Amino acid sequence: MALLELSEPGQTPRPHERRVAVGIDLGTTNSLVATVRSGVAETLPDARGRHLLPSVVQYASGVAPRVGDDAKANAVHDPFNTIASVKRLMGRGVDDVKKLGNQLPYHFAAAESAVPRIVTSAGAVSPVEVSAEILKVLKQRAEETLGADLEGAVVTVPAYFDDAQRQATKDAARLAGLNILRLLNEPTAAAVAYGLDHQAEGVYVVYDLGGGTFDVSVLRLNRGVFEVLATGGDSALGGDDMDHAIAEWIMREAQIGDDADAMLLRRLLRDACVAKEQLTDAQQVTLHVELAVKRTWDGELSRAKLNELIDPLIQKSLAPCRRALRDANIKLEEVREVVMVGGSTRVPRVRELVGQFFARLPLTTIDPDKVVALGAAIQADVLVGNKPDTDMLLLDVNPLSLGIETMGGLVEQIIPRNTTLPVARGQDFTTYKDGQTAMSIHVVQGERDVVSGCRSLARFELRGIPPMAAGAGRIRILFQVDADGLLSVSAKEQTTGVESSIQVKPSYGLTDREIETMLRESIDHASDDVAARQLREQQVDADRLLDAVSVALAADAEALLNTAERAAIDTAMQALRGARVGTDERAIKNAIAALDKTTAEFAARGMNAGIRKALTGRTIAELKDI
Amino acid sequence: MSNPARNFFEIFDLAPDFAIDLAQLTGRYRELQRLVHPDKYAHGSDQERRLAVQMAANINDAFRTLKDPVERALYLLRLQNVAVDDESARRLDPEFLMEQMELREALGEVRGSSYAAQDLSNIFATIDKLEKQTLGALAAAFARDDAAALRSANEHVQKLRFIKRLRGEAQEVEEHLTSH
Repeated sequence: MALLELSEPGQTPRPHERRVAVGIDLGTTNSLVATVRSGVAETLPDARGRHLLPSVVQYASGVAPRVGDDAKANAVHDPFNTIASVKRLMGRGVDDVKKLGNQLPYHFAAAESAVPRIVTSAGAVSPVEVSAEILKVLKQRAEETLGADLEGAVVTVPAYFDDAQRQATKDAARLAGLNILRLLNEPTAAAVAYGLDHQAEGVYVVYDLGGGTFDVSVLRLNRGVFEVLATGGDSALGGDDMDHAIAEWIMREAQIGDDADAMLLRRLLRDACVAKEQLTDAQQVTLHVELAVKRTWDGELSRAKLNELIDPLIQKSLAPCRRALRDANIKLEEVREVVMVGGSTRVPRVRELVGQFFARLPLTTIDPDKVVALGAAIQADVLVGNKPDTDMLLLDVNPLSLGIETMGGLVEQIIPRNTTLPVARGQDFTTYKDGQTAMSIHVVQGERDVVSGCRSLARFELRGIPPMAAGAGRIRILFQVDADGLLSVSAKEQTTGVESSIQVKPSYGLTDREIETMLRESIDHASDDVAARQLREQQVDADRLLDAVSVALAADAEALLNTAERAAIDTAMQALRGARVGTDERAIKNAIAALDKTTAEFAARGMNAGIRKALTGRTIAELKDI
Repeated sequence: MSNPARNFFEIFDLAPDFAIDLAQLTGRYRELQRLVHPDKYAHGSDQERRLAVQMAANINDAFRTLKDPVERALYLLRLQNVAVDDESARRLDPEFLMEQMELREALGEVRGSSYAAQDLSNIFATIDKLEKQTLGALAAAFARDDAAALRSANEHVQKLRFIKRLRGEAQEVEEHLTSH
């Protein structure tokens, strides 16, 4: 009996058990979920065999929202309650939405935070909640298909998403009850799906034109390492804009005024989209538009006319391509392949102009709708620990420069665009007034050198600076961007150590309390309650830390710790084990913090030693004095 | 935190020298990131993930600095306590500054020129040549490695900064030409 329990402390007791993880492509038009089964990445269909889930949510009073094809079919009849292309609103403020104004048939409510809320017959909903409904459906689909709870998910975002848009996506996943392993940039995900398939080496360009976003990434692939050299794009450019261009053309031809109602606009957009898709194969299509009861307009749209309508949009995508190549310091002829991603790259004119620009035939061998989800599934499989021996490593970059506001509304850049992640960088500023006791810090993202031309991410204040002469107080501001591309900022007065830090909660983000409330509302109180959930989370965290420390002790304790240090760690571990078996969430939390603190130095030494060992081939024991 | 004040060269187990083997640097960089990148700790404790972010960020910073010749030179000068400031830029030889001014003027005239593309490509060629020469002189100065050589290295670095700025401006003109 006892033999069965003889696993080393910290090692996974069931090494052959696979953890279930998925990749999710949360798209503007369609969303997908994929997973790796028997070594092969595949997208998961619903019960009726449909892989693509239209990213459309229809709200109705008193019932759960409808998501997907049914909602999409109802969009023309129920335009105000049916939300499509919500991705375009993620992380956006009320002002941004006003700019999109005439393109959106919804009613917006004023909210206490800067996040726009759409009024539906089921109440006002934020874009994060709408996205969460889509994610919930995909999560459920995966769990039913795979017959297990999900360990985690990789959710993709456009590479060109800014901090607010990323944070909003992460919030939506949290609201849907997903454990986010990583936010992965869509072009990088596509490169993973392609690269691993083709054993690719060299410089690749991924051209990703989706329903509402455009990304271009330049990557160098080398033995499993996917190194993004530069990325560029436009987070408001995609197939939707082509539909709008066609719809506007129809309006001109059919002499429909700007006062057309929401239902007619929805019908026009639907017909425009259908015509665009048909023109992928056909040279000419006949349009039959229902203007009002018993009033229709008929017309012809040729592929040549379509090309004329969309050429400016495609041209708009080529400037970021040029800039990304330049930022990557790569010449056109060094590019080995151009990979086409996103449904909008099915449009022949897109392939033609992109082919001309890069002077080669673009690759379209993997379904452009599925490739992102497949790449995300491969990464999820690795992150969850199913492939301990893999060589795969993704090195991504931040798409937009980060800085802070200085005197006169100027921007001091702290992290330039296309810096490899993760990155941490500090900059010192001095107080500018005698006796100044506070400094307000305004974090912005963008390429312009004036604040008004950048996106405001957050404002916070460092207080409690002891009064000093102007220029004597030195404030160090530290920016850290993690692998998900999410920023945290801290500020510290150097001479006194007064500190202030924030996880950048974007100006356009939901507050923690709002998310908490939504979570509470979404949890089924009969089967689950918040306290129990929080206790479980603490227990999982405790197990993780205990595991990690046990493994590290078994490996390096002798080389890296003296007797007193070892004893202190053992005591802290014992305390956490004691708290872990109880039900006091706070006690577990405190014991975790205590063990974390006691082992911080040891963990850092261990990692440093690992680095030295890898480079020099020497053993850790030989390196303990370094 | 225990981050032994190892300099960027030591991180990659390289001698602190201007002449480095870029392939070796890149190879070691990838090897290190394979070990410490936060993705390797997606399933780890908060502590491990925090540490991984810090270490990976430090390695990224080191790699970014060493792979670029100008950044590498600046870093080496700083390691040797050579002051790198605008003062040294002001003492650059007049001949170099004159050439810079002429190139800037030429660049300013490109937009109006009927041979804009050709003019611009000539300017890029001149910038390339100038950069190559200066990098060569910089490498030679570091190879000599005495006090006078370090001063002249500093001067070359300042020149390279000028050249880099000029290249940036030329690229802006190029962008303007291609998008109109």
